[in-house]
Amino acid sequence: MHELSIVSSVVETVIESLAVYPGARVKEVRLRVGVLTSVVRESLEFCYGIATEGTPLEGSILVVNELPVVMHCVPCGADVTLEGVQSFRCPKCGEPCSDLRQGRELEIEAIEIEEVDEVNK
Amino acid sequence: MTTRIVELRRGILKKNDELAAGLRERYTAAGVLVLNLVSSPGTGKTAFLELTLKEFKSRGARVAALVGDLETDNDARRLAASGAPVRQINTHGICHLDAEMIGKHLKEWEGVKLDQLDYLFIENVGNLVCPSSYDLGEAIRVVLLSVTEGEDKPLKYPTMFNSADAAVITKMDLAIPCGFDRWAALKNINEIRPGIRIFETSVKTGAGLEEWLGYLEALRAGRGA
Repeated sequence: MHELSIVSSVVETVIESLAVYPGARVKEVRLRVGVLTSVVRESLEFCYGIATEGTPLEGSILVVNELPVVMHCVPCGADVTLEGVQSFRCPKCGEPCSDLRQGRELEIEAIEIEEVDEVNK
Repeated sequence: MTTRIVELRRGILKKNDELAAGLRERYTAAGVLVLNLVSSPGTGKTAFLELTLKEFKSRGARVAALVGDLETDNDARRLAASGAPVRQINTHGICHLDAEMIGKHLKEWEGVKLDQLDYLFIENVGNLVCPSSYDLGEAIRVVLLSVTEGEDKPLKYPTMFNSADAAVITKMDLAIPCGFDRWAALKNINEIRPGIRIFETSVKTGAGLEEWLGYLEALRAGRGA
């Protein structure tokens, strides 16, 4: 249950990035979360409401884009997507894979903001 | 009002990752091999570390340990009996250690200097979920599981097992009374982390200890194992 610290870090980073857009309000925050991060989407969403209260992010939508595990299979010479996280074998040839290419991401991809127009300032 | 999409592409744990990268550089420059030990509560991390510290000390290696725990200093007191410098980190409810805590404790640790150590063991908080996200700058992440926990633990906690560099099975002396299916356990670990080095150990019988210490000595000497 470290989702609250993760969400707090998201809020902190987003607020920092708003420095160049004074007065802007955040409508949406998009995350990229690999399935190998043990971060639970429902917990993130639950914590998000609490962590954004009283900030420019209050009322915004959290979009969590979950990324499956992608491994590089040496015999196939290709990157392969795993269906789950119960077996790290190439789904095509069945060989074990240890070269991870995707699945541990934990990042803020983008934010959608509403800027105050010049005339209204 | 104008709506705008701002691309950020920022790592959420960037601050921890940067601090961990700084620690890793310091460890490398000091020539100390740093290990991060993770497991469920009750696997026997402390007992395993106690024996490791004692054995290394008797061989003249310079060892120290940082021990994470929610509230008590019981583990630190146990480990200190080995004669090695031990420092407790109480997280007060936080379920994992992070790079900032390690940096702070290394700074405040009187009498212990990284360049005067051969091995530094970090015993993480007993938890197989959250510590997997926090890099502590370690050279090796070691996941432990005991024969009393069930052979399917790697399948239940794939994130942790997949991020580990070595696995230690503890309490092998209880394997028979517990009906431990050794082959299933080895297969499950390999299914999640193909090719990982696995040590089958017991602090009661000393099984697997030589192999474990030899592995660490070889790693430290930079030869790999």
